[in-house]
Amino acid sequence: MAQDRALPQDAGVPDRSELGAPLVVLDKVNKNFGALHVLQDIDLTVHRGEVVVVIGPSGSGKSTLCRSINRLETIDTGTITIDGVPVPAEGKALARMRADVGMVFQSFNLFAHKTVLENVTLGPIKANGLKKSEAKALAMQLLERVGVANQADKLPAQLSGGQQQRVAIARALAMKPKVMLFDEPTSALDPEMINEVLDVMVSLAAEGMTMIVVTHEMGFARKAAHRVVFMDGGQVVEEADPETFFTAPESERAQDFLSKILTH
Amino acid sequence: MDVLVDNLPSYWAGFLVTMRLTLYSGVISLALGLVLAALRVSPIRPLRGLAATYVELLRNTPLTLVFFFLILVAPQFGVIAPLGFWTAVICLSLYTAAFVAEAVRSGINSVGVGQAEASRAIGLTFGQSLGNVILPQALRSVVPPMINVFIALTKNTSVAAGFAVVELVGSGRRISQGNPGDAVIILIGVALFYLAITIPLGVIASTVERKVAFSR
Repeated sequence: MAQDRALPQDAGVPDRSELGAPLVVLDKVNKNFGALHVLQDIDLTVHRGEVVVVIGPSGSGKSTLCRSINRLETIDTGTITIDGVPVPAEGKALARMRADVGMVFQSFNLFAHKTVLENVTLGPIKANGLKKSEAKALAMQLLERVGVANQADKLPAQLSGGQQQRVAIARALAMKPKVMLFDEPTSALDPEMINEVLDVMVSLAAEGMTMIVVTHEMGFARKAAHRVVFMDGGQVVEEADPETFFTAPESERAQDFLSKILTH
Repeated sequence: MDVLVDNLPSYWAGFLVTMRLTLYSGVISLALGLVLAALRVSPIRPLRGLAATYVELLRNTPLTLVFFFLILVAPQFGVIAPLGFWTAVICLSLYTAAFVAEAVRSGINSVGVGQAEASRAIGLTFGQSLGNVILPQALRSVVPPMINVFIALTKNTSVAAGFAVVELVGSGRRISQGNPGDAVIILIGVALFYLAITIPLGVIASTVERKVAFSR
């Protein structure tokens, strides 16, 4: 859909050569849901400062891949390391690790009983031990940045979907994460709200944030991604830079997928 | 009707004992029930099993049997529970905690799974996530079933009358032994005193329900 959606022109993709050391490394990761083999020997390395877009048909395992990185989904075999440290199994160590991995969900998942401001300050206060005043200053700065500072005292239900998702991004950024995971962040949004969320994501990418983005927004992939990972049937079928992938995909399945979504 | 007025002091004494039984058992069972509910949703499987076993065992045992167990069976294992007020509180608390745990658990289940995922994703521990995100939202749907549990508890305190605690029913029985002709009136008097506890509970429930309401 909408592969040439207008995005800000100034947010160019940083050069690949600026990328740092490996940050997120998946090695031979396997997962089954009953008889369904949703992740099959997945190897994926994401470097510091890199923006990786994961695309593929529904049921291809891309969401599961994203959620397994901060262990919202457990894996059966293989290893996942973040900044050289294997993802812990449970308990405080896992909570500590999750604090370093920001996550943005398809359905926003803002805390329904807390104001926008409290949504953003909760993590810094409880998990990072910030004082209330420090957390509030940080939160207001981030809400300002994503353009919803004037909504700080409202409850999430009073905001539009696009505003809620921007708050969710601010909430994740408040933890000063090493990497941000986006699990179809615009799929639940009305079309006119998609760009306001993508704009925030593009500017994050331009600032050098490491990002793993599961999305159907081909415009975003072309604009901000260093690499596109195409998944189908639980496997990584093809990896390439966006230009190569969209103009000359190698695998038949990627060609087929692109021909279906890029016709309109 | 004179029999009610004449025996008001006896009624009042019994009423106070019933109130204290309800209050102490209510507070203890609430605390114990919350712990049990937390265990039932914890990430550690043996703890989940332990809590589930407790709930199933106590929920499916008649309250009278719980009393008999503590008074007759427990001493054989070296636990001496004297007949009286505190034994009744312990039995009522152990029994009611199972129902509290189920009410709280159903409330926890009513909160969308995304809320728990989001709180874990920002680095909150299990306890922080439960205390700051899940339970405050579960409260709204927990209040009505919880009030049912406490109304049942209020009435269940009458079982203690069979175990040497002179609460409302015990007082009623004593009064009617002295006034054999007025049994019906005396029992109606007992019922009215129960209503004096349970009706305010219902009013408190709807007030709390309005207070904790928020839009999702």
